[in-house]
Amino acid sequence: MKRLLSGNEAIALGAYHAGVSVAAAYPGTPSTEILESLARMDGIYVEWSTNEKVSMEVAMGASYGGVRALVPMKHVGLNVAADPFFAASVTGIRGGLVVVSCDDPGMHSSQNEQDNRHYARFAKVPMLEPSDSQEAYDLMKWSLEMSEEFDTPVLFRTTTRISHCKTVVEVDETPQIAKRSPRFIRDPGKFVMVPTNARPRHPLMEARIQKLSSYVETFPLNELILRDRSIGVISAGAAYQYAREVFQNASFLKLVTTYPLPRNLIREFASKVERVVVVEELDPFIEDSLKAMGIDALGKEFVPITGELNPQVLEEGAAKAGLLQRARKTKPERSPVPQLPLRPPLLCPGCPHMAASYALRRLDFYHTHPQEDPASGREVLGELKRQGVIATSDIGCYTLAVYPPLLALDTCACMGASIGQAHGLEKAGVANKTVSVIGDSTFLHSGITNLVNIVYNRGNSTVIVLDNSTTAMTGHQGHPGTGITARGEEGQRVVIEDLCRGVGVRDVSVIDAFNLPLIEATIRRCVEMQEPSVIVIRGSCPLHVRGKGTALAVDPEKCDSCFACLRLGCPAIVIEGEKARIDSFQCLGERCSVCLQVCTRDAIKAG
Amino acid sequence: MPSRQGRVKTDVLMVGVGGQGVVLASDALAEIAMKNGYDVKKSDTLGMAQRGGSVSSHVRLGEHIFSPIMSKGDADFLLAFELLEGARSADYLRQGGVAIINDQAIPPLSVVGDASAYPSTSEVERIIRRYTDEVYFLPGREIAEEMGNAQVLNVLLLGFLSRFLAMDEQAYIGDLSQRVPARFLELNLRAFSRGREEAESRRLAKPIGMRERRRSKR
Repeated sequence: MKRLLSGNEAIALGAYHAGVSVAAAYPGTPSTEILESLARMDGIYVEWSTNEKVSMEVAMGASYGGVRALVPMKHVGLNVAADPFFAASVTGIRGGLVVVSCDDPGMHSSQNEQDNRHYARFAKVPMLEPSDSQEAYDLMKWSLEMSEEFDTPVLFRTTTRISHCKTVVEVDETPQIAKRSPRFIRDPGKFVMVPTNARPRHPLMEARIQKLSSYVETFPLNELILRDRSIGVISAGAAYQYAREVFQNASFLKLVTTYPLPRNLIREFASKVERVVVVEELDPFIEDSLKAMGIDALGKEFVPITGELNPQVLEEGAAKAGLLQRARKTKPERSPVPQLPLRPPLLCPGCPHMAASYALRRLDFYHTHPQEDPASGREVLGELKRQGVIATSDIGCYTLAVYPPLLALDTCACMGASIGQAHGLEKAGVANKTVSVIGDSTFLHSGITNLVNIVYNRGNSTVIVLDNSTTAMTGHQGHPGTGITARGEEGQRVVIEDLCRGVGVRDVSVIDAFNLPLIEATIRRCVEMQEPSVIVIRGSCPLHVRGKGTALAVDPEKCDSCFACLRLGCPAIVIEGEKARIDSFQCLGERCSVCLQVCTRDAIKAG
Repeated sequence: MPSRQGRVKTDVLMVGVGGQGVVLASDALAEIAMKNGYDVKKSDTLGMAQRGGSVSSHVRLGEHIFSPIMSKGDADFLLAFELLEGARSADYLRQGGVAIINDQAIPPLSVVGDASAYPSTSEVERIIRRYTDEVYFLPGREIAEEMGNAQVLNVLLLGFLSRFLAMDEQAYIGDLSQRVPARFLELNLRAFSRGREEAESRRLAKPIGMRERRRSKR
């Protein structure tokens, strides 16, 4: 039966049909929908883990127990999970173990655009890359079989344009789902990696790659298309589709096994075409291998090394490099669209992060003054107080407060980093007070260890946990703080404030996310203290709340057009005829009322 | 139905603001095209947040589609749910393509905060006319509200677009019946027909379906 599936949905269905028994993940764009899809299927264990390292370890345990396991994550998630990922490469597996890395070239929703193909070579594990949803579906079975045949985890790598694009898939309507029976067989030489056991594993890993190198030579999904021999394009993944669109008559070698590479197949292809061209996104991963094999290839000379590729960029590059005689289409000179106002994403109307972000800004935590006097190059001590507190941020919806008009945040690196960075700033002797913000899900992901570190090392940081009781940015997944499992069932809830007290934080406040004066007063009090503190600011995500209150309204008689309310960045507040107006369709009313609290003229009233 | 021989392909670009229902409309179109026997690829470009940011959805249908995203100058149809977003993506239109623009302004915060100016409807029209002459402005939000619910805007626009595509009306209705919650179905089906009527009244619409593409003479 034909179905229109995204790459992620196809991966999930492929894994399900291939008999995967356990799947564990932490949500992260563009990987999230893989676990979400699996959570809707019967007869498989799925969980949202607290972070990717945990999910990898859960999957390893399942694999050691003899069943097939899947662990999907976004590219930066593999950094978190790198330790157990490398360990799994050393021990090998029992039941098939597939690690899905969903990379994000172009950084649609990520902090970097690292090319995770390097992880395959680094960890010495085979890597497969689908170029559409059909291949994603078919490849899951191959990956699991390859994993078991070669005693190795398999890296299954996609990019956003594979994960999130919907393409037509012929799915098996009556799949033979053969599940492995769980059974752990004690084997310390394989599973207990003390040095004496680990040393003999390394030669085995090297031998494994050798065997895989011959195996991939005849891998049926690597496709050789011989047409016009003047240009032979080698490509994989989404880049292959762009290349097919641009080089309409060229010969192609589409690679699905991108580590190890089928070297003989590549040599054969190279010998049949006049000129070898490599089309790949980000790093010259394939190109470098070709060059090391002594094959002359053109690649990064005309395909950009940064950013997401698309047919247009490829076509322009190819035309410049003389690979296409002229642009494929004869188009009239396209005049660029004039400068138009941008539309950056915003916090939603009624967002529980809005008041806290506004408080950070209002307490003059926003840097308006230089750190140093430019004339003398010395720090101006008298200015320090006014430079205010540094707000280190984590990754989640609240990171949007870095944009105007809130401009409330000073750093954002990776999950869990905000707390560590604040502690680092303090211990470095930076005179400013520091506040770190982190979401509820991110706190449980990797904030806890950082909080423990502050307690143990006598830090004085103030940690603000912005608790909207969901993992909002990736689409409202559950986490331990919500007590809702991946299947939407009830689990045991972890209470964040209790946890913080448990690790030794004595000053823990829990306050309402819409009470602006209380938020402000609490932050003021906590930053002055000589001990660590945690402020849990709690309020539900507005997209989770069913009934909304009566919308607020602006009394135009009282509004003096100071527009203090606009500094909240609430999408429901607009200007109409020189006065502020609240869009009743978007406003969540008295549930939120933060604008009412910032209005100095008392002009905002319950509708 | 038009000929499916040769290189036939239709590229539809849908753009709008997060929360307007662009993705649901493009999902429906892609699914219907697949059921009509076409190869389909569909790709959404979303901002970081769930709401309020720019959203665009590339839907490509034809005999065999490679890239899931189209290039500028490729789009046969630009279906804009909002004026500014329509103007922003105008250069995706191919010469002689069709622009269908919902005549609704949702000012971004930079405009509300007075940092930049929102283009007037005539400015938007001028921008779009640089790429094509076939432009339809539709008071979609008003019609949807008048029908009782602003949220049927996406289905209304899909109905308008459907009048230009060579796929059976029943296919859309069948798909919507599965996609839309039962209690909103009747309203959505009315919005769909209303969209088709609006298209008919503005143009003696005959299905143009898979438009023949000129093959490059390389």
